[in-house]
Amino acid sequence: MNDLHELGVAGLAVAIADKKTSSVEAAQHLLARAKAHASLGAYLAFNEDATLAQARAADARIAAGERTPLLGVPLAHKDIFVTKDFPTTAGSKILEGYRSPFDATVVRRLAEQGAVSLGKLNCDEFAMGSGNDNSAYSPVHNPWDIERVPGGSSGGSAAAVAARLVPAATGTDTGGSIRQPASFCGVTGIKPTYGRCSRYGMVAFASSLDQAGPMARSAADCATLLSAMAGPDIDRDSTSLDHPAEDYTTLLGQPREGASAALPLKGLRIGLPKEFFGGGCAGDVLVAVRAALAEYEKLGATLVDISLPRTELSIPVYYIIAPAEASSNLSRFDGVKFGHRAAKYDDLIDMYKKSRSEAFGPEVQRRIMIGTYVLSHGYYDAYYLKAQQIRRLIAQDFQAAFTQCDVIAGPVAPTVAWKIGEKSDDPLANYLADIYTLSTSLAGLPGMSVPAGFGAGGMPVGLQLVGNYFQEGPLLQAAHAFQQATDWHARAPGGY
Amino acid sequence: MSLTLSDIGRIANLARLELTDARSETLRVQLNGFFDIVEQMNAVNTLGVEPLAHPTAVIDHVSLRLRPDLASEPNDREANQKSAPAVERGLFLVPKVIE
Amino acid sequence: MPARRGATEMNTSTSLLVQGYEVVIGFETHAQLSTQSKIFSRAPVAFGAEPNTQACAVDLALPGTLPVMNKAAVELAIRLGLALGSHIAEQSVFARKNYFYPDLPKGYQISQFEIPVVQGGEVSFFLGSEKKTVRLVRAHLEEDAGKSLHEDFVGQSGIDLNRAGTPLLEIVTEPDMRSSAEAVAYAKELHKIVTWIGVCDGNMQEGSFRCDANVSVRKPGAELGTRREIKNLNSFKFMQQAIDFEVRWQIEQIEDGHKIQQATVLFDPDTGETRAMRTKEDAADYRYFPDPDLPPLVIEREWVEQVRGQMPELPRAMAERLVRDYGLPEYDATTLTQSPSMAAYFETAAKASGQAKLVSNWIMGEVSRRLNAEEKEIAAAPVNAAQLAVLIGRIADGTVSNNAAKQVFDALWIGEGTEVDAVIEAKGLKQMNDSGALEKIIDEVMAANADNVAQFRAGKEKAFNALVGQVMKASKGKANPQQANDLLRQKLG
Repeated sequence: MNDLHELGVAGLAVAIADKKTSSVEAAQHLLARAKAHASLGAYLAFNEDATLAQARAADARIAAGERTPLLGVPLAHKDIFVTKDFPTTAGSKILEGYRSPFDATVVRRLAEQGAVSLGKLNCDEFAMGSGNDNSAYSPVHNPWDIERVPGGSSGGSAAAVAARLVPAATGTDTGGSIRQPASFCGVTGIKPTYGRCSRYGMVAFASSLDQAGPMARSAADCATLLSAMAGPDIDRDSTSLDHPAEDYTTLLGQPREGASAALPLKGLRIGLPKEFFGGGCAGDVLVAVRAALAEYEKLGATLVDISLPRTELSIPVYYIIAPAEASSNLSRFDGVKFGHRAAKYDDLIDMYKKSRSEAFGPEVQRRIMIGTYVLSHGYYDAYYLKAQQIRRLIAQDFQAAFTQCDVIAGPVAPTVAWKIGEKSDDPLANYLADIYTLSTSLAGLPGMSVPAGFGAGGMPVGLQLVGNYFQEGPLLQAAHAFQQATDWHARAPGGY
Repeated sequence: MSLTLSDIGRIANLARLELTDARSETLRVQLNGFFDIVEQMNAVNTLGVEPLAHPTAVIDHVSLRLRPDLASEPNDREANQKSAPAVERGLFLVPKVIE
Repeated sequence: MPARRGATEMNTSTSLLVQGYEVVIGFETHAQLSTQSKIFSRAPVAFGAEPNTQACAVDLALPGTLPVMNKAAVELAIRLGLALGSHIAEQSVFARKNYFYPDLPKGYQISQFEIPVVQGGEVSFFLGSEKKTVRLVRAHLEEDAGKSLHEDFVGQSGIDLNRAGTPLLEIVTEPDMRSSAEAVAYAKELHKIVTWIGVCDGNMQEGSFRCDANVSVRKPGAELGTRREIKNLNSFKFMQQAIDFEVRWQIEQIEDGHKIQQATVLFDPDTGETRAMRTKEDAADYRYFPDPDLPPLVIEREWVEQVRGQMPELPRAMAERLVRDYGLPEYDATTLTQSPSMAAYFETAAKASGQAKLVSNWIMGEVSRRLNAEEKEIAAAPVNAAQLAVLIGRIADGTVSNNAAKQVFDALWIGEGTEVDAVIEAKGLKQMNDSGALEKIIDEVMAANADNVAQFRAGKEKAFNALVGQVMKASKGKANPQQANDLLRQKLG
């Protein structure tokens, strides 16, 4: 088969299980395709031998009669996840050539289900960015317009899935890093409840915000991946929640309780925060989002106006908490145990300073500076503590909102993908563009981006859906129902 | 409140970063720009509000999980030091530490 | 960790002045907890392994690793808190102490800052005959750092992270001590307690029990002076030397009109002097914040009560009981409660023999002498408590003399026998209690020493002792001295 790349996760799993193709054939096909489209900058590392060994093992399991929803299906991992078979850089020079002695829990869980890893995907350095232009290795181009950014920080994952280089990929979301690139590239992505996926083996950016999640071409494929990725990691991650793993596919295609096949979402109350629909959002984005919401009404959902009054505050709060945690998490990169060490230095402190300054990029250094300052003597209470207090108020705003609605909807980002380089010298502009995704992360709620049409320049627009804690199932159910009625998610960029 | 170059120098030293003068100046301007938008936090009354360190603590109380006291990690020195810049006789080498 | 937080002064403490200055000492003690694995990883904690063979990915802070708390470390903290009469916090918080140092793999140490697990409490002990009480501020859980080895590498240091992540309890006192002697007495009592209840092996050479002393001086009644912290005092002897030197040094400085600068100093046993460490840059700004990788440590009251139920009797309480129940002098009771094994040895022997004071004398005498000579623990004594009890019974019932008993003890010790009576038999050490045989000896002695007999009868009391000596000699020491006395007097009329 030479159109294997057009199949999603479910399609490939079936084709492989039915022996229409093999895991090895699928892996070879997609590796060749990835290399043919190397100019997109989506991939950072391959290891063909390791990939094919995994594929052969999967084919052997299939020959032995085993079946799992992911058996033999090729995936790729954001380079934030440490892997034994591939180098791990986190998009930073400071980890160039680093080899982890262990696999991240999420990587291990997917491998146990029989998924095959094609390689590592490009991302903003240490997942800090929203355009993937902070990668130390190369920018990633948006397959819908290679002049534009794919979004970030999981830009490699989004671009690879959109360009049909891989049926699905892992991503991480700290302040929108799964949802925003999914929106910019027209793919589906979900960030689960904080603590649902183990953080063990994720190179830490902001410990109280980082969450892993899947990115794919449909909500159904995301549900399949998330079912394998999520679940407690009692032995390795103290923040992993002790909730049993779930099968997120069970609700898919089912009408909500009391609803009908004709109106599958009857009774679903979708809350629209007025702060998400204000002047700050570009018209083309609002048009697409409103059209998608109209579609939801056709499916039986009702729209209710709600308010998340502290939405704007989420920007300073997030950009204090995340850098503070990052400044501490990145202290381990000191050129002693692993990673870059400067070639020349006078003494120990000079070695620290040169090694770190040579190998950390500008955005990472900027955030380390902000984080170090807000934690420093005399400023802690005014900044970090105050931010954590407002964070609670923001989380409480969501709980109040969820008494009026079941799901919150709005745009993922105020605009479609911008031109590469457009915002590179304006960090603040990048921070402000995260306004619709930050509050969900601060509250630790599950959120996703669903392709909802196109805006200016024919660029994809995503609809953001946010659920209450542990509502990933209903969230995916609502997204799936929408994708049954629309084909935005199935559109491929020209030439791919 | 606005950051001066000497503040930038102090913070960079705490963070073990070496900045050129030009870079310091750029950062001074960018950080001050950022802290302008931070100002709005001061308007929020947080009197008696408990800081939220772990997100899900907002719905139910989270507490530290404790593991049984078992020493089960094998010696994996070779793999663990594979990416080390300088190792000799199993020790990580650094410029002399003076106490 | 600031020792002075919330510290108030103790006016009750009687203070001896040094050259008109009052000495003020506070302690920070790092006790290594007796666990199998590290505090946040499952790597072993054994001492002296090959470099970095006991440092797993978590201990090395490899990217992606996360801490998972060791339950035993918490339980040992509860144990110590209960032993010191402290409050065990229902909820305590782990924080990150941020600073760059090669032996600190993460670039921060996980410790407890604002809310420690053990709060308050006190340590009481005798300084000579005076009872002293030192108040505790807190005891908090934290991870140890690795080691920098400065030898063997030209211009470089080698970093061994085996010790990184070893569980520690840092025990912080109020500045309540007023002399180096009191400080050492406190440290010894704390050392006795942590080893007694099994939270720490107390091995000071291996660094399992490390003391930092915060020392300052002031004129009586004046504000607390600026303190200097003497780091890593790893023997009681050095502790006293270091503090005494530091006190003299500070007084000299002040007398010469200099101000004391807050500093961390190291004690050099070779020179007997303290010297300021090259201060870690910006050590003042650790940027503490709650560790987002670790939710709050919650300790249910049931757990505390369960631990309380398993607590052994503490040394001070036991000493008081020994005085009460066995009528021992305070000195004996304190000596016998140096360790649980010695106390147990005493009680077993005392109960079995009903001769508490005799047993106490023997443990502090013969037994200790032998143990010290052979550097043995009492648990490993070749003569066990039961054997000692039997032997002391034989002294009490007059079977053997005290001197004979010592011969029996030596024989048992070197393994010439195990049965006390058998040894007495074999060595023929039984006292002669049959008066017939004794009379025969006495008659012979009187006949052979007519002059002494004459002298005695002429009123020379001394001559009598000579005759008794002859009788004992002739009986090869087996004669019961009292019986020999009485019979001899009868016969001399």
